[in-house]
Amino acid sequence: MDNFLQTFLDWDLISEVLPDLLTTGIKNTLLLALGASVVGFVVALPLALMGLSHRRVLRWPARVFTDVFRGLPAILTILLFGQALSPLGMSLFGPSPFPLAIVALGLITAAYTGEILRAGIQSVEKGQLEAARALGMSYGAAMRLAIVPQGIRRVIPTLVNQFIAVIKDSSLVYTLGLVAGEREIFRIGQDASVSNANLSPLVAAGLVYLLLTVPLTHVVNAIDKRLREGRTPFEEPPAALPGGPAPVPAATADDLLPLGRH
Amino acid sequence: MTMTETPTPPATTPSTSTPVSPTAAAAGATALAPAGAPGPTFSGGSIELQGVRKAFGRNEVLNGVSFSVAAGEVVCVIGPSGSGKSTALRCINRLEEPTGGDIRLDGESTLSMSVDTLRQRVGMVFQQFNLFPHKTVIENMTLPLRKVAGLGKDEARARAMAGLEQVGLGGKADYRPVRLSGGQQQRVAIARALAMEPEAMLFDEATSALDPELVKGVLRLMADLARRGMTMVVVTHEMGFARSVADRVIFMDRGVIVEQGRPAAIFDDPQSPRLQAFLAEVL
Repeated sequence: MDNFLQTFLDWDLISEVLPDLLTTGIKNTLLLALGASVVGFVVALPLALMGLSHRRVLRWPARVFTDVFRGLPAILTILLFGQALSPLGMSLFGPSPFPLAIVALGLITAAYTGEILRAGIQSVEKGQLEAARALGMSYGAAMRLAIVPQGIRRVIPTLVNQFIAVIKDSSLVYTLGLVAGEREIFRIGQDASVSNANLSPLVAAGLVYLLLTVPLTHVVNAIDKRLREGRTPFEEPPAALPGGPAPVPAATADDLLPLGRH
Repeated sequence: MTMTETPTPPATTPSTSTPVSPTAAAAGATALAPAGAPGPTFSGGSIELQGVRKAFGRNEVLNGVSFSVAAGEVVCVIGPSGSGKSTALRCINRLEEPTGGDIRLDGESTLSMSVDTLRQRVGMVFQQFNLFPHKTVIENMTLPLRKVAGLGKDEARARAMAGLEQVGLGGKADYRPVRLSGGQQQRVAIARALAMEPEAMLFDEATSALDPELVKGVLRLMADLARRGMTMVVVTHEMGFARSVADRVIFMDRGVIVEQGRPAAIFDDPQSPRLQAFLAEVL
């Protein structure tokens, strides 16, 4: 038992590595995850719209992209991108592997995010597009102003889940070789584990990951609950009416006015 | 509402009262009084369908439908489900593209104009209201005014508020549609379409999704528009509305017009066996 505690929960080692994890580690992990998510979203939106197109020339490239980047192991994509493009990356971005890592992670998450957005947009009732078009909006304007915003709202919980997945996948960037200041949570934990021949720093890294991801899962649940209750995520709850809560008002007085004659 | 003998437009001024016959009242036909202050009058445009055909694959839904709606006239289209009445309506603003025939708006072929222009000139109200749920009532109104009609922010808001006041919902401007009753939502949808200042309005079973007690408020608003001279094509199951508000009633079945005429003729003296059978079902 002592042996177990010493291998996994050596407090001295944990407290030694923790400051590094909480500053450099979290900073770099979030930098990678946020950067990749931005890249991913920017790529995913056209991907989703292309996937919804009636035209095969638009649908096909989106399909192929999605199948490839969803079908490959993340570590393989990151390694291939980071290694194969490193000369290009060097000339474009300098020696840091971060930009290429963000692009690789971004393309992977784009494949998933594109499918999430497509499902969300598809779930918007057909009548919404018809109403927008019937008001004189072009297809593009109707999608941009009426349909896509609704579709995105419906998949916010899934998008946050996808962000959690990116946080975890960002640990794979260590394969591209990181200098001390570039290390993310996993690499810091791993380095400390190897040099001390003790797994406690990795346990600490795991706890730091949970520190990021667990609150996010609760955010997902909260948003999900509000969406299911029929309110938009950021709207005030309806004022309670006397006689109990009634979010949707019943017939109002002027609905009920008797019809006159003329 | 004046019941004109011919398809000439009725007066755009409020008409004198028409007594409702006991049989009409028994049939559920009730005259519809204005909701509040009289709104402005409209100068509607005319619509003419000429041999319109529509097929979905091999399924022929419309087999040559021709009728005309004069400026300011109200035409109600009735018929069993699957008769093609909604499809005919949707051909007018090209939510469905006709596969044959022509449709003219003020004499101009709608098939040769851009759909976006056409739809600015012809408003439509749907069974399911189709307000944008992520926008407030006022934003639902101003969105097309700003993005389609190209109005400035203040002008759009002023016109939207005026439109909302006219349907009696000025106090709901900052509500989300989900917090309104179905009847209120449909009145916002009507106001949203009207705010674009269309030449004609299409109503596709506008009250069919409403709880019974909410139907009258919407019908009353539609009758008010009719009185103010809006050109209207109304697909409806509300026979009382058709009888008291329509200038002409068209009965469709299996993709063709079976019978048309003044409401009194259609409802009290139906000629074709199919219309007789239909009325026996619904009245």
